[in-house]
Amino acid sequence: MTHDHRLILLDPRDTIFVARVRLRVGETVETGAGMAVIDRDIALAHKVARRAIAPGEKILKYGAPIGVATTTIAAGSHVHVHNMKSDYTPTYHLEDERGAAGNPSPLAGEGGRGAAG
Amino acid sequence: MIGPMQGYLRSNGRKGIRNVVAVAYLVECAHHVAREIALPWREEGVHVIGFPGCYPNGYAEKMMERLCTHPNVGAVLLVSLGCESFNKYALERVVAASGRPVKTLIIQGTGGTRASIREGRAFVEAQRDLLDAQETVAMAVSELIVGTVCGGSDGTSGITGNPAAGRAFDQLIAEGAACIFEETGELIGCEHIMAARAITPELGAVLEQSVAKAARYYATLGYGSFAAGNAEGGLSTIEEKSMGAYAKSGASPISGLLKPGDLPPRGGLYLLDVVPDGEVRFGFPNINDNAEIAELIACGAHCVLFVTGRGSVVGSAISPVVKICANPETWRRMEDDMDIDAGRILEGLAGLDEVGAEIRDLVVSLAQGARTKSEELGHQEFILTYKSFEPLGPACLPAA
Repeated sequence: MTHDHRLILLDPRDTIFVARVRLRVGETVETGAGMAVIDRDIALAHKVARRAIAPGEKILKYGAPIGVATTTIAAGSHVHVHNMKSDYTPTYHLEDERGAAGNPSPLAGEGGRGAAG
Repeated sequence: MIGPMQGYLRSNGRKGIRNVVAVAYLVECAHHVAREIALPWREEGVHVIGFPGCYPNGYAEKMMERLCTHPNVGAVLLVSLGCESFNKYALERVVAASGRPVKTLIIQGTGGTRASIREGRAFVEAQRDLLDAQETVAMAVSELIVGTVCGGSDGTSGITGNPAAGRAFDQLIAEGAACIFEETGELIGCEHIMAARAITPELGAVLEQSVAKAARYYATLGYGSFAAGNAEGGLSTIEEKSMGAYAKSGASPISGLLKPGDLPPRGGLYLLDVVPDGEVRFGFPNINDNAEIAELIACGAHCVLFVTGRGSVVGSAISPVVKICANPETWRRMEDDMDIDAGRILEGLAGLDEVGAEIRDLVVSLAQGARTKSEELGHQEFILTYKSFEPLGPACLPAA
């Protein structure tokens, strides 16, 4: 079964999809291995869990590790700074600012800050 | 097509796609006078560049030499306060030896602000007239040097804009051009796959070392090359941002590693190492995107491809900046500032190859009379700060 057309799978090894459009909390999406419920509003190009991910498990995008899960992540969940972290340097982000469509992050403000965008 | 590519021939055989008069201040104390001199020609090819520091710095002097003798520059006015440490005599000799008209204005000797502005404007006016009368010559894609940078990245950048810029790079390189990608601090996590593309194993090791150096440098600072807007745009970690940024490099073999101000010796793909050598000194490697753009231009870039997701508006002095908008929502908000709509890829309205070809054609059109959005809007940002580098090692530029 193929996955939802609103989700992009960049590499067959990936544990996440990329949202092609904005997704609303409560919507259901087809992951290719069954239906999953979107756990909060997800902005364009943010990540959605393709399957259940265990704490400590690598997050794969482009077929490559982009960090590690910090908690259990259910399929259909938004995958971002609140449930994953870098294996290199901490990620700096501002609190809220409409970020992931209004979900304040428990990690907001933590870590380093970068200049170049 | 609008006709063949045309360039301005310089005495060393290189050709420029612009014919700029550079007004260069040699310390911040001379910045205002330089800006006032250039003001009447702000839309007519007189650009202000400069170095604010009063203490000497070898990197800054090399950058200024390369920028003042860039193929897009036809004449140079150096503006000195008089007492700063910058070696104005050495810079003037280098510019004069390149065959370009050059004048050094020393504000303390000329009699202050008013007299200096008057004298500076007289020189610029004369040079502008001469440059406007200069004939162009035919130019080929193989004579181009093109840089790429990403800024204001978000989750779309690594899916649409960056890989499309990579496709444009592949095509330009196939046509003989030299292309330069950068920001080793934004390649953290990609070092091994990148090293495998080097034309020699020794160069591969050098590429890996350059990223390891960046990781160490940023770890010491306690900051990554990651801004708050990157996270808002869906990027969660530096590795994720890196994987997206890496896509700008395309799929060509990597022919060498450059440091700011080094010219690519021939066509091919080059990585620009922007992180200083040695102990952490002088602060952040590049305090903003324009610092990186200036370094790409100092490596000879005729134009710079700038991929943005969040929506940067910047351009640059000396060389045109092509803005590739990765995010379709940003395109709809900021179309006036953007040259290429790569967000169509996300919406399934265009493919990577199609947008890549569009970018390549736009680069060529810049030598056929076309101007970028940032040029039309008068963007001429420029910044240069302190850094220190060691010279390139023997493995950095293997013979082809």
